[in-house]
Amino acid sequence: MVSPKVRGKPVALDGDRAVAEAIRQMSPDVVAAYPITPQTEIVMRFSEFVANGEVDTEFIPVESEHAAMSACIGASAAGGRAQTATAGAGLAFMWEVLWVASGTRLPIVMHVVNRSLSAPLNIHCDHSDSMGARDAGWIQLYDETVQEAYDNAIQALRIAEHPDVMLPTLHAMDGFILGHGLERLELLPDDAVREFVGVYKPEHSLLDVDHPVTYGPMELTDYFFEHKRQQAAAMERALEIIPQIGEEYGMLTGRYYGLMEGYRLEDAEFATVALGSTAGTIKTVVDELRDQGVKAGLLKLRCFRPFPATTVAEALGDKKAIAVLDRSLSFGAQCGPLFLEVITALFTHGFSPKVLNYAYGLGGRDIVPAQIHQVYKDLIDIDREGLAGPSLRYLGLRE
Amino acid sequence: MTLKTWREILAGGLITDAGNTEEYETGSWRSHRSIIDMDKCTHCMICWVYCPDGSIMVSDGKVIGIDLAHCKGCGICVHECPRKAISRVEEALAKEGVQ
Ligand code: SF4
Ligand code: SF4
Repeated sequence: MVSPKVRGKPVALDGDRAVAEAIRQMSPDVVAAYPITPQTEIVMRFSEFVANGEVDTEFIPVESEHAAMSACIGASAAGGRAQTATAGAGLAFMWEVLWVASGTRLPIVMHVVNRSLSAPLNIHCDHSDSMGARDAGWIQLYDETVQEAYDNAIQALRIAEHPDVMLPTLHAMDGFILGHGLERLELLPDDAVREFVGVYKPEHSLLDVDHPVTYGPMELTDYFFEHKRQQAAAMERALEIIPQIGEEYGMLTGRYYGLMEGYRLEDAEFATVALGSTAGTIKTVVDELRDQGVKAGLLKLRCFRPFPATTVAEALGDKKAIAVLDRSLSFGAQCGPLFLEVITALFTHGFSPKVLNYAYGLGGRDIVPAQIHQVYKDLIDIDREGLAGPSLRYLGLRE
Repeated sequence: MTLKTWREILAGGLITDAGNTEEYETGSWRSHRSIIDMDKCTHCMICWVYCPDGSIMVSDGKVIGIDLAHCKGCGICVHECPRKAISRVEEALAKEGVQ
């Protein structure tokens, strides 16, 4: 590992403000956004930057999230860089147009602050919102810390705009836990970010009058399917590109990023799989268990879409027992969305370890170390005695 | 027309050749046919302005007929013609009349 090219400035910021700084430093042509808890501080802070002349972005205070995404689609088709931020119901309200952004192959960047979906009304964190958008053709990265929220925000732009990818990209940070949680992080100097993101030169643009182009035409039975196959292929290529950009970012900052992070995973016998800030809590528990002689490990997934099946299967294939933690429920399904992916990856790569799925943390319910200890205890039990009872369990729920 | 594979087409369904609607014959969608009575027509061009499909054929500043390969039969021209020079006939009957 080479020493980083630039020294970051250590600051204390919450996730929302860190992302607002990242957007200011990337200086997109257009930001169209609507405030919604717990993402409001991103829009609030960024609109202050605009009002103070600290960034020359065209800020569009739209009337809804549907309009926010639609404005981003227009701006991106016109050849500009467009970004937005949202949470929970706001993301759900964008659902229809999320597919237009990806189907039109527009490299829009979205900052998601995870919030549960009503009803009952709840403003706290779970992953129902971003998991609801999992099939919409967007690349999805998950942040463990405020530093990662900042770093992923910046890398998202490069991933989205890579000529082999050209897919809209979102990164998701846990609402309140990261969004409003104050942490120490390093901000890059403005010019380092400017240089990292470079200048966007779209191959096609609505404003290029010398090369007229039609965006968003109708396609019926003749070509629609072929364009969907192209989107699938772009996702496959993104699996190569995301770690390349993570490597380049690492050279700059000293913080390297891949598709996943293994924490004491290589020689582990018992592994958990998780997204987002919960990974931090699990790391503490893994250390405690290791001190007690339990070979515990963690697979923290950074990239959920595209799902890095081979990487995950190879990292988990030799484990005695695996628990997948899902912070959302798919009602009526056999398991949560993360479990579904992990098990499919294992099965199609010829592995069949013992597995458990936990639904946890819905509506912001705290996940604490004692609960994660229980998960590892369950793994040791099913390894010894085989699986008894359901494979989908509820963690932190009053029974 | 041979259809291309997913490897051969532009991403995102973009279309980069201008004026290609001509290649897409929408005339087969028509349930009603508009027919101009040339004796009444004053060549005011209002139908030409209103036709959403560019199907009013013009030559030397004069309306000469309707491009049936593209006219979808929407009837807008029938409604807009100030001289009531355009009539609307069911396509099946119009076809029989032709034969
Ligand atoms: S609007 Fe009627 S009168 Fe005018 S050009 Fe068309 S058919 Fe002729
Ligand atoms: S019927 Fe409609 S499409 Fe056909 S010529 Fe008249 S206005 Fe144009």
